[in-house]
Amino acid sequence: MIMDDLVVGGERFGSRLILGTGGAANLDVLERAVKASGTEMVTVALRRINAQKSADGLLDVVARTGVRLLPNTAGCRTATEAVKLAHLAREAFGTPWIKLEVIGDERTLLPDGVELVPAAERLVADGFTVLPYTNDDPILARRLADAGCAAVMPAGSPIGSGLGIGNPHHLRLLRQAVDVPVILDAGLGTASDAALAMELGCDAVLLASAVTRAEDPERMATAMRLAVEAGYLAARAGRIPRRFHALASTPDEGRPDL
Amino acid sequence: MSIGRRAGRVDLGIVGGGPIGLAVAWRCAQRGLDVAVYDDATPEDGQRPPARKAIGERTGAWEVAAGMLAPVGESCFGEPELTALLTDSAARWPGFAAELEAAASAEVGYRAEGTLVVALTADDLAAAVRITAYQRDLGLGIDRLTPSALRELEPVLSPRVRGGALAPGDHQVDPRRLTSALRIAAGRAGVRFVRRRVADVCEVYADRVVVAAGCGAARLTGLPVRPVRGEVLRLRAPGGDPGFRHVIRGYADGREIYLVPRRDGEVVLGATSHERADGAVTAGGVLELLRAAADLIPEIEEYALVEAQSGARPGTPDNRPILGGWRTGSREVVVATGHYRHGILLTPVTADLIAGLLVDGVALPDAFEAARFTERRVACA
Repeated sequence: MIMDDLVVGGERFGSRLILGTGGAANLDVLERAVKASGTEMVTVALRRINAQKSADGLLDVVARTGVRLLPNTAGCRTATEAVKLAHLAREAFGTPWIKLEVIGDERTLLPDGVELVPAAERLVADGFTVLPYTNDDPILARRLADAGCAAVMPAGSPIGSGLGIGNPHHLRLLRQAVDVPVILDAGLGTASDAALAMELGCDAVLLASAVTRAEDPERMATAMRLAVEAGYLAARAGRIPRRFHALASTPDEGRPDL
Repeated sequence: MSIGRRAGRVDLGIVGGGPIGLAVAWRCAQRGLDVAVYDDATPEDGQRPPARKAIGERTGAWEVAAGMLAPVGESCFGEPELTALLTDSAARWPGFAAELEAAASAEVGYRAEGTLVVALTADDLAAAVRITAYQRDLGLGIDRLTPSALRELEPVLSPRVRGGALAPGDHQVDPRRLTSALRIAAGRAGVRFVRRRVADVCEVYADRVVVAAGCGAARLTGLPVRPVRGEVLRLRAPGGDPGFRHVIRGYADGREIYLVPRRDGEVVLGATSHERADGAVTAGGVLELLRAAADLIPEIEEYALVEAQSGARPGTPDNRPILGGWRTGSREVVVATGHYRHGILLTPVTADLIAGLLVDGVALPDAFEAARFTERRVACA
């Protein structure tokens, strides 16, 4: 076992990668990417789901791959709206888990912290396991953890931007600020971004576009799985300090004289 | 019809009277088969089709479709088999259109001015360059254009556009004219039309059955064909002639749209895409399409809005159509469905392949066989 299990809301996960399902060219591509990623949980926007059960759709992909479904409240702009959608999701899918998204701006799709905290408090009180999509703000993250969220999910950069982690220092501060798992969510572009997130102390990574919109989603999903493992290991392997000048890897002492 | 046949039984019964079903019927009748087409929306002989509501949901994808014949623009990463089929069918289109127009004495609105890819912002340009570079690498005809070159070809384009490309081989046809012409040509070739909804393929009184029922194929065959809902608007240029001749594939603030200008003044503006079955036209869908269109071609705001409709593309898990033999619960059928975004473009090649299978026994390409979904049978009628 390379990694310890991730524990969120009392549930154990062998994989520290969570996949979003939006943006894939087709459902077969998505299914292969889910398998290649090794993920055990995928998030699905409630309004994207095909209610008609007769045809083969997204929920069948979830069922066939055996991953856990994490419904999300994508598209909500107020706490009230998000709370309502979370309850609908619980009824529709029989899971109290919810990825809470309250968006403050259509252009940036960044979270609205002022709406997020009361929505999280309400849902925790209603018995939900709440995973809020939040900013890389350590204070807001602490408020959400205090509200009883099972994890916090800070953005690396705006959703779908592929810009990676905009403020690594804030993520370190955020990691220190809360005791619940930190799951980096949004903005990642490629494997090194995921590895960096894990090296900065995140417990897991959630991504969608970086895989689903890649030219070869299955291959990028594999890369992300390896990157998360690499970052997890590196974070625990005790990296060397940064130095200004070189330091030969082989010291002079003990060299054989030839 | 062979001698000794029980009265009324035909060689071939086709379920579905859209372009795919009608083209298969026409081709098979040309090859000497006695053919009947079953569709509950088929007008009675001599009747005009029922008028369309300006806002609403259509049952047939073809009634909403824009009719882009775009083997280049529709070629996406990781779909080489589909790209090859799109290219094959596009090459058949000029001959198919000419033959059909002659057979039906009616125009189908085939236009070969080509397609412009137009990107509004720097982000849009990056997205457009990424996909057009891939299409170029496949050897498809597409060339980058600067903003000034784009505006020289189509002066109506907004001065804001950041760049794009020209795909001269991506053409268009009018799906409504096409369907009407196919109905005439098929009728003249001896095809009979049965106005009936088929609930089970056993009801079709024929030696062989083709299921060309779009999204309805899931119910009839158990194949995984799902509705992918799309909203499409129809506008009308004030002077009778749209101010542009090329099909426009636009990228505007992260949204992808197309504008298809017809000689009769109609402009088709599409399309949203939703994984849902219900068919309401939403205000947000209309806004999204119009905002993107007006950002790319400001004079669109002066056009009359004539129709806002939603249709369901018959999608498959791998975006490829389903062409070939399949056993439903009750009988062997041949399936021609699951054409997703490409039903109009794929009409000629589908008709030729299915006729080749039924008349000459020519096997169909493996990549499109129904057998690939044997493990995924869904609940059937």
